[in-house]
Amino acid sequence: MLGEGILKGMAETAKNFFGSYFSAERLTTVEYPEQRVAPFEAARVFPFLVFDQENRDGGGPEWEAGMRCVACQICEKECPPKCIYIEKSKDKKLDYLGKAQYYPARFDIDISVCMSCQICVEVCPFEAIKMDTEYELSTDDRFGSLLLDREQLAKSNEYYHQIHPTEASAVDTRLAAEKVKADARAKAAAQAATAKAVAIAGEGA
Amino acid sequence: MIETCDQIFVLLQHWLVSFLPAAWQQAAGVLLSVATIVCVFPALFAVAVWLERKGLGRIQNRIGPNRVGPFGLLQPIADGIKSLTKEDIVPLSADAAVHFLAPVLLVVTVFMGFAVLPMGRNMVLVDMDAGLLFYFAMGTSSELAVFMAGWSSRNKYSLLGAMRAVAQMISYEVPLLLSSVVVVMITGSLSLTKIVEAQNHYTWGLPHWYIFTPWGFAGFLLYAISTTAETNRSPFDLPEGESELVAGYHTEYSGFKFALFFLGEYVAMFSISGLGTTLFLGGWSAPFSFLTWIPSWIWFFSKLMLSIFVFIWMRGTLPRLRQDQLMNFAWKFVLPMCLVNLMVTGLWRFMGEGWLRWVVCSAILIAAYAGLGLGEMCKQRLGPRSYRYAE
Amino acid sequence: MSDTQSHSAILADRLEGWNRPTAIVPQNEGELLEVAMGPHHPSTHGVFRMDVALDGERVIRLRPVFGYLHRNHEKIAEGISYLASMPYTDRLDYICPITNNWAYALAVEKLTGQAVPERAEYLRVILGELTRYQNHASSIGFLIQEMGASGTPLMYAYREREKILDLFEELTGARMMVNYMRFGGCRVDASQGWLERTRKVVAGLAGFADEFDRLLSTNEILMARTQGVGVLRPELAVNAGVTGPMLRASSVNYDIRKVDGYGIYSRFNFRVPLGDHGDVYDRYMIRVLEMRESIKILEQALKEIQPGPVMDPKAKIRGLRPKAGEAYGRIEAPKGELGFYLISDGGPNPYRYRVRPPSLINLTVLEDMCLGVNVADVVLIFGSVDIVLGEVDR
Repeated sequence: MLGEGILKGMAETAKNFFGSYFSAERLTTVEYPEQRVAPFEAARVFPFLVFDQENRDGGGPEWEAGMRCVACQICEKECPPKCIYIEKSKDKKLDYLGKAQYYPARFDIDISVCMSCQICVEVCPFEAIKMDTEYELSTDDRFGSLLLDREQLAKSNEYYHQIHPTEASAVDTRLAAEKVKADARAKAAAQAATAKAVAIAGEGA
Repeated sequence: MIETCDQIFVLLQHWLVSFLPAAWQQAAGVLLSVATIVCVFPALFAVAVWLERKGLGRIQNRIGPNRVGPFGLLQPIADGIKSLTKEDIVPLSADAAVHFLAPVLLVVTVFMGFAVLPMGRNMVLVDMDAGLLFYFAMGTSSELAVFMAGWSSRNKYSLLGAMRAVAQMISYEVPLLLSSVVVVMITGSLSLTKIVEAQNHYTWGLPHWYIFTPWGFAGFLLYAISTTAETNRSPFDLPEGESELVAGYHTEYSGFKFALFFLGEYVAMFSISGLGTTLFLGGWSAPFSFLTWIPSWIWFFSKLMLSIFVFIWMRGTLPRLRQDQLMNFAWKFVLPMCLVNLMVTGLWRFMGEGWLRWVVCSAILIAAYAGLGLGEMCKQRLGPRSYRYAE
Repeated sequence: MSDTQSHSAILADRLEGWNRPTAIVPQNEGELLEVAMGPHHPSTHGVFRMDVALDGERVIRLRPVFGYLHRNHEKIAEGISYLASMPYTDRLDYICPITNNWAYALAVEKLTGQAVPERAEYLRVILGELTRYQNHASSIGFLIQEMGASGTPLMYAYREREKILDLFEELTGARMMVNYMRFGGCRVDASQGWLERTRKVVAGLAGFADEFDRLLSTNEILMARTQGVGVLRPELAVNAGVTGPMLRASSVNYDIRKVDGYGIYSRFNFRVPLGDHGDVYDRYMIRVLEMRESIKILEQALKEIQPGPVMDPKAKIRGLRPKAGEAYGRIEAPKGELGFYLISDGGPNPYRYRVRPPSLINLTVLEDMCLGVNVADVVLIFGSVDIVLGEVDR
C-alpha cells in the first residue's frame, strides 16, 4: 500500500529518537573539550625524539646528554614530504653502549608539513624517534611556531612509556639485550687483549 | 476551582479591563487579546525552533545545541540577536516598497488567522459565523507575500523559487479546503466555535472527535498532507532546498526581514495546525471524559505542540519530492481522494446511526486509497525490486 | 597540443566542444540558461564544477570541470622512493585508504616478484572489506542527504563508520591515513584482542544494513526520485570503461575479485549482485547488497585467519630497487577498478607512476546519463556515481 515505506521509515526514526535517551549506542556524541576519548595506544600524531634519563658524558641539560639520535640522517632521506632538517655535530659523545657517536646539532621538524606517516620511526635504526600522541597543538603564530626544534622535540623515555607502554617496553628490552651483547663482546675483547699482553710480556722476559 | 483555572485568562481580561471607563472596555478587551496573541505565538515560535533543533539532533543520534543556556534553551534568543544585528541589505535594483512590504504582509496575514481560532472555552478573539471562511481567506493572502518577495528581488533565481513556491501552495489549497469541507458538512456550520462544541461530547468516556470517524480520519490525513505542502515543510520543501539550483524567494533578504520570513513560516505552521486541531482533533476538548478537569487551553496547546512534533519528525525522516512529482501528487492523488471523501461523508450523513455506515464508509475509503495508490505507482513503474546475483 | 598553437586557438578549440550540436534539441537556442554548479556547492562531494545548459528545467548540455584538487601525486612519486609514495596513496581516495595502499602494494609486488605471507593476505582482506562497507555506507548516506531528509541516514551511516575507524586506529595508529600495507605484507600484526573486537563490530554490521533497509529501501519518495532516473545502458558503460558498482548496476557481470582472484579472494564464498535497470535506485541497492556480501566475507576471513608472520622476511623496507620492468596492479576498490601502473628503470624511484582513477573514468559518462533530466536530478545522478575528488584530480 502507498505510504507503507514512509511509515516504516518514521518508525525507525522514532526508535532512534527514544533510544537516544536510553542507550549509548543511539547517542554517540562526546562533548569535547569537557569529555575526551582516550587515545589508542597505537595512535600517532607527530614525531618526537627520545632521550634516556641517565646522564652520560657529563654536562649539558638532561635532554641533550641522553638523546639517542646519532644524526645518521636516514629519517631525513626517507621522509616523504621532506619535513625533517638535520645538521650533524662536529664532535662526538658517548652513547649508552659506550661508543662515540655524532649527535644532531640541529634537528627541526616542520609539523605543518609532516603527514604523520610514521616512516621515520620505521627506518630509524637507533630507536631514537617515535610518534607522540599530543594533538592539541594549535597556535596563532603562523611563522615558526609549527617548526619544532630539538629541544621542543625531546621527550623522556619515561614519557614514551606513558604513551606507548607495550612498544616502549619492547624497545627497552631490545636495547638492554644489545647492551648485554656489547658488554659481553667488550669483556671477551678485554680478556683476549690481556691474554695477548701477558703472552708478549712472557715472550719478552 | 477547575472552572477558574479553565477560564483564568478570560477572568484576567475582564478584571484588567474593568479599570477603564465603560465606553472603552470592549475595545480595550480586544486590544488586550490581540497583544496576548502577538506575544504568545512568537514565544511559542522560539520554543518550536529549539524543539526542532533538539528533536532533529536526537533523531540523528546526536545532542542538539546545548551550550547556550541549560539544555540550549537560550539558543533561540541567540539566533534572534544574530538576525537582528545583521546588516539589512536591499539590492539596488530591487523594488524597494514591495521588498519592504512582503515580509510585513506575510506576518500580518498569518497572525490574522488566529483571530478565529478557539484556544479554549470562551477564548476566541472574534466569534464569527463564517470563521473557517475568514481563516482560509487570510491563509491564501499570505501566498501573495511570497510572490511579492520573489518579484521584488529582481533576481532570476528568486523569481523562479517564488513561482515554484506559489504554484505549490495554490495546488494544495484545493485539497486543503476540500478536506475541511467535510467537517462543515457534518457540523452544519462554518463557525469554528460550533465545530468544537459539536465534538465536545463523550460516549463511554471516549470523545466524539471527528478524527475517530472514517471520513474524519481520511480528512485529517489529507489535511495533514496539504498543510505540510502549504507551509513548505519537508517532504515538500523544494522551494527552500539548499542543494537545488534555485535559491528560494527569500534569498535577497537579510537581517530582520529574513527573521520575519522565518517567523511567518513557523507561525503559519502553528495557525494551520491550530485549525486542524479545531476541525478534526476536537479543539480544546479533553480526550477522555475523566480528564475534563485539566483546563481547555492546555489541551489546545498540547495538541498544537504534538502537531509540531510530527512536522519535525517528518522532516527528519523523509527525503524531499521533486517539484513535478509534488504537483502530480496533489492533482492526481490527493484531490481525487478528497472528492471520494466528500461523497463518503454525504453517505455517512444520510445512512443514519449504526455500524453499517462505519463499515461501508471505511470500505469505500480504503478501496479508493489502495486503488489510487496502486495506480500512481504502476503508472510510473515504481516499486520495490528484487535483485539477481551472478553465477 | 603543439607549442605553435596560440592561446586563443586553444580556447576556441575548447569552446567549440562546448557549443557542439546536442542530442536534445532545445526549443529556443538563445534562451538556454547556462549555470555553473560548483565548485562551492553543498552537494558536489568536493571541489567540482558542472557547467550545465538548461532549457527550462531540462539539461541540454553538461560539462564537468575538475582539477581543483590536483596535487601532482604522480610527479611527486617520480621524485621519492617507492616506500615514500605509500602515504601519498592514502590521500588519493581518502575515504578508502586501505584499498589504495593495497593496489599500490600489489603493483610493486608484481614488479619485484615478492610473495605475501598468508596471515597478511587475510588481514588485507579483512581491512579491505571493512573499508568497502564503510565506503558504501558513507556513499549512500551522502546520496540521501542530497535528496533532503536533513541528513538523518548520513548520521546513521557515520555512526557505523566510526566503529570501523576506531578499529583502524587501534591497529594502524591512524583513523584514515593508515599507511598500513607494505611491499610483501602488512606493517604491523593484529593482536588477538583486535580480532575479537573486530568480530564484535562485524556482528553488529548486519543490523545496521537492516536498519537502513527499513528506513529507506521501500520509501515511496526515494523510489519516486531515483527509479528511472539517470539510466546507464550496459553497452555505453562497457565502452566507456566504467567499473565498480555502477557497472554492475547496469547488469554487467564484472567484479575484479572474481575475475582476477587477487590475494586470497578465490577462497571466499560471496555473490556479486547485478541490477537490471541501471538507474540511481539500482546503484543505491547494489551498494546496500554489496555491504551485505562484505559482511559474509568478513565473517569467513575472521574465522579462517591463523597466526603467522605478516611480512615477507626477505623484504627490504628501505632502499627498494626493483629490476627494470613494468607492472600493472589492480583491485576492486569500492568505487571501481583502481589500478597502479609502474615502470621501473632499476633506480630507487619509479620512472613512471600512473594511477587509474575509477572515479574519473566513471565520471566520463555523466553527461550521457544527465541528458534530458530535470536539473534537480543532476545532483542525484552525480551522487550515485560516487566520486571522491582526491582520486579524480590526484
